[in-house]
Amino acid sequence: MDGYALYVVGLLTAGGIYAILALALNLQWGFTGLFNAGIAGFFAVGAYVSVILTAPESPTIIGGYGLPLVVGCGAAMIASGLVAWGIGRVCIRLRSDYLAIATIGIAEILRLVFKNESWATNGPRGIAGIPKAFEWVPYPWNQVAFLGMVLATVLVIYLALETAWRSPWGRVMTAIRDSEAAAKASGKDVERFRLESFILGAAIMGLGGAYFAQYLKYFGPETSDPTSVTFLVWVMLIMGGSGNNRGAVLGALLLWAIWSATELLTSMLPPDWAVRSAYLRIFLIGLVLQVVLQRYSKGILPETRPAVVGTSTRAGATTGNAT
Amino acid sequence: MWELFNFYLIPGIVLGCIYALGALGISLTFGILRFSNFAHGEMMMLGAYFTFTIVGLTGWHPLAAALPAMVLCAIVALGLDRAFFKPFRQAPTIMLVIASFGLMLMIRSAVQFFWGVSPRPLMPGIQRPQAFLDGALLIAPKHIWIIGTTLLVMLAVHLLLTRTRTGKAMRAVSDSPELARLTGIDVEAVIRATWVVGAVTAVAAGVMLAMDTQVETLMGFKMLLPMFAAAILGGIGRPFGAVAGGLVIGVVEEMSAYPFIGTVPLLNPAYKSGIAFGIMVLMLIWRPSGLFKGRVF
Amino acid sequence: MSVLRLEGIDAGYGDHPILHGVSLHVDAGEVVVVIGPNGAGKSTALKSVFGLLTITRGRVVLGDEDITNTPPERVVTRGVCYVPQTGNVFVNLSVQENLEMGAYVRRDDWRPRLAEIFAMFPDLAEKRRQPAGSLSGGQRQMVAMGKALMLEPRILLLDEPTAGLSPKYRGEIFETVRRINAAGVPILMVEQNAKQALGIADRAYVLVDGENRHEGTGPALMADREVARMFLGGRD
Repeated sequence: MDGYALYVVGLLTAGGIYAILALALNLQWGFTGLFNAGIAGFFAVGAYVSVILTAPESPTIIGGYGLPLVVGCGAAMIASGLVAWGIGRVCIRLRSDYLAIATIGIAEILRLVFKNESWATNGPRGIAGIPKAFEWVPYPWNQVAFLGMVLATVLVIYLALETAWRSPWGRVMTAIRDSEAAAKASGKDVERFRLESFILGAAIMGLGGAYFAQYLKYFGPETSDPTSVTFLVWVMLIMGGSGNNRGAVLGALLLWAIWSATELLTSMLPPDWAVRSAYLRIFLIGLVLQVVLQRYSKGILPETRPAVVGTSTRAGATTGNAT
Repeated sequence: MWELFNFYLIPGIVLGCIYALGALGISLTFGILRFSNFAHGEMMMLGAYFTFTIVGLTGWHPLAAALPAMVLCAIVALGLDRAFFKPFRQAPTIMLVIASFGLMLMIRSAVQFFWGVSPRPLMPGIQRPQAFLDGALLIAPKHIWIIGTTLLVMLAVHLLLTRTRTGKAMRAVSDSPELARLTGIDVEAVIRATWVVGAVTAVAAGVMLAMDTQVETLMGFKMLLPMFAAAILGGIGRPFGAVAGGLVIGVVEEMSAYPFIGTVPLLNPAYKSGIAFGIMVLMLIWRPSGLFKGRVF
Repeated sequence: MSVLRLEGIDAGYGDHPILHGVSLHVDAGEVVVVIGPNGAGKSTALKSVFGLLTITRGRVVLGDEDITNTPPERVVTRGVCYVPQTGNVFVNLSVQENLEMGAYVRRDDWRPRLAEIFAMFPDLAEKRRQPAGSLSGGQRQMVAMGKALMLEPRILLLDEPTAGLSPKYRGEIFETVRRINAAGVPILMVEQNAKQALGIADRAYVLVDGENRHEGTGPALMADREVARMFLGGRD
């Protein structure tokens, strides 16, 4: 298999993992209206937990239980879910800005923990030599197999979310979104549903982290960087169409392709320029976000559901309350 | 005892002043525009970088160079509002938050592009502390400047809000934008004034942080959590509550490194930034309206 | 020429108009009251004057000027002041600061006017430095009205000024409205307390289901059987 094809395999693998993250964020934001600004944190928790459980024994850190990868992934989801439960319990009942601040905060705290608690995480150096699914398959087909696993996971998550939306649980979520007051009046514990959605989304993000660690065969405190994880996933979702699972996947693959392609192009520049152009790329992605937010707030694939709407009044906003 | 004072409490107060000024801007923006501006930290950083360049060009003292930097940042803030926030005046608040999130990355990457990422000192050279009270009390001159400047800026903002027509209108809009409109108050003018005051306080905070540490591209992001925590601690929409909150967080952060028990710092200094977060979470659990009873929404 | 005329107004918030062909007018020096059952559209009529919702048919004329669908901040500059039913003071500003904000659009020196308002409302003068939110409901209404009067408006629109107030304060409010009118300000007032409102009204309109139903002088409507049956029985 030639280098070009391998590049595409790698592209789709990473893009697929981002699609997993985007689907998870869509659950939290598009369907439930929760602003999670700490994707990087849940991602990292999942990665580290999975790694600690599945890596071979090592003299420097704990873990190294060498457990099967499936166990690692499952534990990753549980761990991320637990963190989400903790934060969500405090913040979900409050205004959405607070959740945003809290999730940024927890992501930062987690990064500090991963960086400093070397006895568990090997500190700033990170953990290498991580086992990867389908390693036993001869190269280069192991990469393809891994890709297959990722894409299969994307499909499973996509179908699961679509089904969940049409299930009784999903109908309650729609009702909450359309009219919180009415949902409350009919006895639904609105916060509990929101929390469940938040936890589930975080768990999926943890799975994404576990996969990513396997993909790189390495994970360190700087691997889950807020710019390339949290920010990028948000732009992917907004671009693709929030509230829309297909849009989430499309946005992820598309933006990742653009991101990688531009990285490839700028890496061919002389080193000085290459570094600077990295910042230019981020700037342009940010600009894309703003443009999409303003003009195409429905994204490339507009959703078929009503968008999340807030009710606070603000300076400059017209009043429009019927008496 | 003096050791505690000189090496922990005073730096805590200095840090607290910086947090306080930053939180003041965030609180004002929140009260009037009703959203958490995630780009505020980057405005602080931008102000610090502008000041750095002006110092390089003119050789002025940083606090003097900060003045033209404030003008520049005020212009930038007004431009950013027009381009990225004004379209969302009637939209749900969260759109503003997302836009500010995007702006945070845009401002930071623009600064990284033009200035590069290596940290630079704003006040080169080590400052020898001044001795007071027969040598017992030691404060570095730049710390005196910082505390003094903070008091000055606080006073100026207080006078603006209580003695000027614009300031009172700002408080009125913060109270009730609907009633302000009915009263004939020019809400857009108030919004513009808010951005200017926000930019000025942000630059002051950024320059002071740079004076105390250095100019680097992540300085704004590092401030974000403590500033928001301070604003929440003091009570959202209560600008001077945010000031108190900032001081509390700054002092607690620095004091946490003091070896209260034995010879080891009470809290591993690497986790200092976790303190602001911890305080914030505690406030959100116990009393989301803050110490001074701001709004909760 | 009337100070204010509504001519055949259809108005509402979206696709469904709340008012259908409502007409009324206020002449110089008058107190005109609008009464009607809940949901009749009384407050909507006031809001339509002030540009707070969309008028799809008809006109609002101030003096000889058409002000239909003019946004609130511009209507204020034309000399129409509106006191909403709730949220009508800045609770975190002092009484005096509230009045000062009332004068925001004035270009000239408002201090003499401030002194006049304090003379009209001595209670407020006493509490000028207190936050408006710390005052009682009745006193807050006074602040709201005083604030509106700072502009020396051509007409004052009051939306249920006695809503939620105890009987003692209600009497005071109506008395205050009379005094304001006596000082030369025409008033268009929406009220739930029909009987007391009619007592101080020169003329009144009864709105039902967004339409004009009755119209007449205060005393005439008070004596009217049907009006009495509709609201005056059982009310204070």
